[in-house]
Formats: sequence, C-alpha cells, structure tokens
Amino acid sequence: MAAPRHRRRGFSRRVQYSLFAGYVLAVVGVMVAVALLAIAHLDPRAFATLRGIAIDAGSLISGPPRAIVRGAADLSADVDAYFDAAAQNRDLKHRLDASERARIGAQALTLENARLKRMALLVEHLPRPLLGARIVGSTPTAARRFVTLAAGSSDGVRPGMAVRAPEGLIGRVFETGLIASRVLLLTDGESAVPVRMARNGLAALVTGRGDGSVEIRGLIAGGRPFRRGDLALTSGVGGVYTPNVPVAVVVTVTGDRAIAAPLADPARVGMALVYPIYQAPSEAAPSQPKP
Amino acid sequence: MIAVRPRPLPVWLPFKARLVPVLSTMAGSAVVLLPIVAVGPSMPPFGLLILLAWRLLRPEMWPAWVALPLGLFDDLLSGQMLGTSMAIWTVASLIFDWIDHHLLWRDFWMEWALASLTILFAVVGGWAVSRSYIAYGSVVVAMPQAILAVLVFPALVRLVAALDRWRLAR
Repeated sequence: MAAPRHRRRGFSRRVQYSLFAGYVLAVVGVMVAVALLAIAHLDPRAFATLRGIAIDAGSLISGPPRAIVRGAADLSADVDAYFDAAAQNRDLKHRLDASERARIGAQALTLENARLKRMALLVEHLPRPLLGARIVGSTPTAARRFVTLAAGSSDGVRPGMAVRAPEGLIGRVFETGLIASRVLLLTDGESAVPVRMARNGLAALVTGRGDGSVEIRGLIAGGRPFRRGDLALTSGVGGVYTPNVPVAVVVTVTGDRAIAAPLADPARVGMALVYPIYQAPSEAAPSQPKP
Repeated sequence: MIAVRPRPLPVWLPFKARLVPVLSTMAGSAVVLLPIVAVGPSMPPFGLLILLAWRLLRPEMWPAWVALPLGLFDDLLSGQMLGTSMAIWTVASLIFDWIDHHLLWRDFWMEWALASLTILFAVVGGWAVSRSYIAYGSVVVAMPQAILAVLVFPALVRLVAALDRWRLAR
C-alpha cells in the first residue's frame, strides 16, 4: 500500500502557516516538558496541588472495586490451602509448638528489658500509628513504584511519614491529595532505608531495584557480611523510620552486596498503618559555640 | 439560471468524530486506575499504544502537539514525573511526521515495526528519565513490559479501527 501523502502543503499560505505553527508549538512543548522534568528532579514535590487532585480523582475510581479484586485473590489462596492439607496441618502444629515456646521466652525477655530500661533511666518515645488505611491501587505502567493509599492530607497524612504493615515496612508517603496519597515503595529506586542486620547488628542501607526486590549494601565496603536468610530491621538512624521494623530478607549474596525480598507484599496487604515521622529534624540550627 | 455549485465538504467534523480519538487515548492512560497492585512495571502503556494506533491509522488527523496535553494527562495518572510522557510522546510524534515524509510504501508489518521501535524508545526513555542515582537498577526490568506492549499492539490497532468506523458512521 502506498503511504498516504502526508501533510500536503499545497499553495495555500494559511495551511502552510498553520502547519508551521503546529511544529513550533510541538518543539516548544518538548522544551517545556524537559524543563518540567528538570524541576521534578530538583524538587520532587513540585506541582503538589495538581498531582494531588489527580491522586484524589484516581482513588475515587480504583477504591471501591479493589475490595472485589482482593476478594478474588483471597478466594484462590483459600482453594490453594486445601491441597495437601493433612501434611500442612502436621507441619503447622509442630511450628506452633516451637513458636509457643519462643513466645514464652520472649515474654520473659520483654519484662527483663523493661526493667533494665527503667534501671538505666532510658526514655524512648516510640510513635503510635496515626491511622490505618486501605491500599487501593498502584502505578503498573510507570518505572516508578508507588501505591495509592486511601487517606490524604485531610486525615493528617503528610509527605515523609512511614507506612508499614504487620509483616514489615512498606515505604513512606511521597505526596498527598485531600483524600488519597501516594506511597513510595521500598522497591523504588529513589527509596533508601537505613537498616541493621538482625544477625550481627551490621549497619546497612536498603535501596530499591525497581523490579520488586531491594539491594542491601553495608555502610562499610568489603568482606562478605551477608548470608542468605538474613533479616534486615530498620535502625532508626536519620529519624524517619521507627527502629526495629522488619524490612527485608536476604535472598542472594553477590560479594559485599545482597539482593533481598521485602517482607510486606503490598499486593497482599489490605490495610497499611501510617506512622508519624519518628523524630522530625529540628527547625532551629544548633547554637554555635562562642569563639 | 445560475448553476448551484456543490458545497465543499465540511472541514470541521462533528463533535463525536473529533472527541472519540482523544477520549479513547485518555481511557488508555486511565487503565492504570484498575485496582491492581503491581510491584514491578508489568502493564503495557496503553495510552501510548492507542495514540500510536490512531497516529498510524489517520496521519493527518492530529498535529504533533496533541501529544503534549495527552502526555500530561498520562503523567498525572501514572505517577511518573511531570513531563516524562509529554516529552517522549511528542518527540515520537515529530519523528513519525518525519518518517511519513520519507516513506513511500507502507504495510501492516512496517507499521508494527515502527510502533515496536517507538514503544521500545518510550519504555527505555521512561526508565532512563525516572532512574535515580542511588540505586543500580538495570533496564532489563522494563523489558517484559516493552515485549508485552509490542505483542498487544495489533489488537489495539483493530480496536482503534473499529472505533474509527463507529465515529465516522452516519
């Protein structure tokens, strides 16, 4: 097939001018878009109102049917559970016995811990969750990893707050609308969480890889500090995340780095808890010593 | 008697005929509002695919700058940085205009190849633009999405062709 003759200019001045104006507009538009991208890199919260309106409008559409989709997913998991039920039952009973013994031990440790903290006059202000909200959607086409939370600035949610599920950390609030907000997942490339490893207390940093897994790097390079199955907990350094929230489990080790899987899967978690910023940075600059 | 000259065809199409392409592209962008929670980039960029299908079916219908507002709408819904789709889609439209000037023969396979290259350009461009400098994610992450988009494209061409017949029906 012959291609249709494209944008035939003819002899009409009017057609020629309007074609030219269209191209000028497109090129100027691309330059404006590149400028917008530069602004977004320098100030990720730019145009917060416009983006907030889009988040709100989107959550109104994806909010209600999310319950149905989750119901279907739960149903398939329920059917799954019936296969191999007897062996599973025996296995779970063994595990229940073991965890019951561990729980009694942990209770004693908690009591002792509280007593020691009182003796050492150690004061901790662990924040209580601000609210629980539903996860209603995500950004499946984009390279960034966000989920939409059905609570916004009218509920007191602010950018920077930590979001977690009972299983572990999910991420932090990135931007808010009035009734919904976007949460930056651990697995996004821009996300960085200071952690320490539960096995040896090594300080490390968890960054996202964009494909559902995260990378753990020790703050001190070299050696082979990680092992398969290691648990990473938030360290509370930097004051954003509460200490001792489970984050991820190491899956593969490559040199002094490790690939880990986050413990909380946002696709399975229905409700998420929003925590206020653990220790907000103080506004006042520290006083300088007098010379 | 003076012969009545036949009136020239109306330049302005009826409202429905002009609105259907824009609305269908916006609907493609709004597919991200489906209540699916994805942990990776798994869904093809339907807004871009429908825009490409319209562009290949009716090269004269839209000036190149139409991709700007449509891209802004896509950016707002998809959670990318503002300007990502605006820039990539408009550059793709301009390249298509250039190709249309130089290509004499075109068939379905050629159009699919062109669309595939554009999809690859858009997916890799989107990945490069929203890449951060603290993590070492690789572009392989975005490839399943690009392959899926290339495979889905012919179906969307059929859909757009059906929409085109419906919008121009009298």
